[in-house]
Amino acid sequence: MEQPVVAFDNVGLRYGQGPEILHDISFALEPGSFQFLTGPSGAGKTTLLRLILLSLRPSRGLVRLFGLEASGIAGQDLTAVRRRMGVVFQDFRLLDHLTTYENVALPLRVQEREEASYRAEVMELLAWVGLGERAHALPPVLSGGEKQRAAIARALIARPELILADEPTGNVDPALARRLLRLFLELNRLGTSVLIATHDLALMDQVDARRLVLSDGQLHRYD
Amino acid sequence: MSGFRFLRRDRRPALVLSDPAASRSLLAIVAILTFLAALAAAGAEMVAASSREWRAALAREATIQLRPQAGRDIEADLARAASLARAAAGVAEARILSRADAEALLEPWLGRGLDLASLPVPRLVSLRLSADPAPDLRALERRLAAEIPGAGLDDHGAWRARLSGVANTILGAAAALMLVILAASGLAVAFATRGAMAGSRDAVDVLQLVGATDRFVARVLALRFLALAAAAAAAGAAAAALSLPLLGWIAALASGARGSEDGVLFGTVSVGLRAYLLILCVAAAVAAIAGLVSAATAKRFLRELRAG
Ligand SMILES: Nc1ncnc2c1ncn2[C@@H]1O[C@H](COP(=O)(O)OP(=O)(O)O)[C@@H](O)[C@H]1O
Ligand SMILES: [Mg+2]
Repeated sequence: MEQPVVAFDNVGLRYGQGPEILHDISFALEPGSFQFLTGPSGAGKTTLLRLILLSLRPSRGLVRLFGLEASGIAGQDLTAVRRRMGVVFQDFRLLDHLTTYENVALPLRVQEREEASYRAEVMELLAWVGLGERAHALPPVLSGGEKQRAAIARALIARPELILADEPTGNVDPALARRLLRLFLELNRLGTSVLIATHDLALMDQVDARRLVLSDGQLHRYD
Repeated sequence: MSGFRFLRRDRRPALVLSDPAASRSLLAIVAILTFLAALAAAGAEMVAASSREWRAALAREATIQLRPQAGRDIEADLARAASLARAAAGVAEARILSRADAEALLEPWLGRGLDLASLPVPRLVSLRLSADPAPDLRALERRLAAEIPGAGLDDHGAWRARLSGVANTILGAAAALMLVILAASGLAVAFATRGAMAGSRDAVDVLQLVGATDRFVARVLALRFLALAAAAAAAGAAAAALSLPLLGWIAALASGARGSEDGVLFGTVSVGLRAYLLILCVAAAVAAIAGLVSAATAKRFLRELRAG
């Protein structure tokens, strides 16, 4: 059997000396799986995604990514693991001095690829998410929905094995939310593992997918 | 050549912006330090060039001195000294200075209006020397001493030694000043770069999260700040190059060289090509130091980000 893309084993996390935000979290994401991570605001969804991204390290317990133990991942390995993941941040984290096109192309550019090798691909994806006309606009002049789509396109462009999306439909109308959800489902059909953090019940009700529910720092599963 | 890919012009926009306030202070500090270092170097070179010129001019001249001796015909001795000198190898011209000339030379020391007629004023034969054949002044001095009592030859050697001593002192001071300024530039670049990098923290974080290696980010940062520092060094060097003629003019005034005659005797404080080349070298040195320092600073910055 293939090893899980992500596996948490009794993970606990506290920020600095503060209270423990996540307690005894254990779960696994199988390759090619699709699931939601849900729970009320402040439950720790973003924190859990940051643990997977290795931008936070667990206070206790084990995190494994692609079969590697997180505490052993550093330097070149860390970069290699991150290149296998695509992330949509809740606050987008687009670079304001780069155009939409440049932002979306960023994961390819940091792999030191020649622009000629990816230009068409980036323009195609931009057209697909409805940003073809906005390719040369800077993020500060984009609407919330446009930034959201740019952030999603950036997460997808390098064809990651795992997509993490933090409230990816928080800034768009229901019609666009459905369209974006179909995009994630399509990617999943092509083999990508997907984890979408959301508290949008209407969104989750559109798909019959596994739900990981966070409350009071504990994880409850509904498969 | 793949190792030098980053040297190729990349038309894509810079990945990190530097904090504008910190960048401005980096630009200002580097430009000012480059300006000072370049002026110090160029000024020292101008002094060295003038000293070379003066010493060369002095070496082309010598003076025979005749002290009046009781019972001797000084005019005959002068003529004899002049003809001995003309016969010597390497002497292009020997000119007897009249008694009036000799008295005029004493005027600055003795004052005007003094009747020198009764005084035994030494008389001079001014010699112009040629470079080829080289003059043998020691031989000439021996012949003069043998034939004319009270004759002496002054080749200005003491003056030349003094000039070169002064010039060397100025050069040494300028070199020390340069080293201090270059060290200060290094420190200033380190501080300013750190400040400016702190402003690009978020961008660095995003780059790492989308899969940039530390090496890639360090290079992006270092090149960004190297570009800033190089632009500042260029500006400082340009300002120094523009103010060089002014410096030359002030030096000329200070040295008291006014007319063409003084120019011949003391040389001219001119701004040579070497001074401009030195300014270029200083700018290159500042840019190189800035490059090394910003690369090291970028590496440290990333290490500190990693450490949390
Ligand atoms: N950087 C941080 N430092 C300290 N506390 C934090 C930090 N980020 C989040 N928290 C706290 O952790 C808890 C979970 O936050 P978060 O993971 O953002 O929840 P969610 O994404 O589910 O809304 C909240 O109480 C929040 O205040
Ligand atoms: Mg959140």
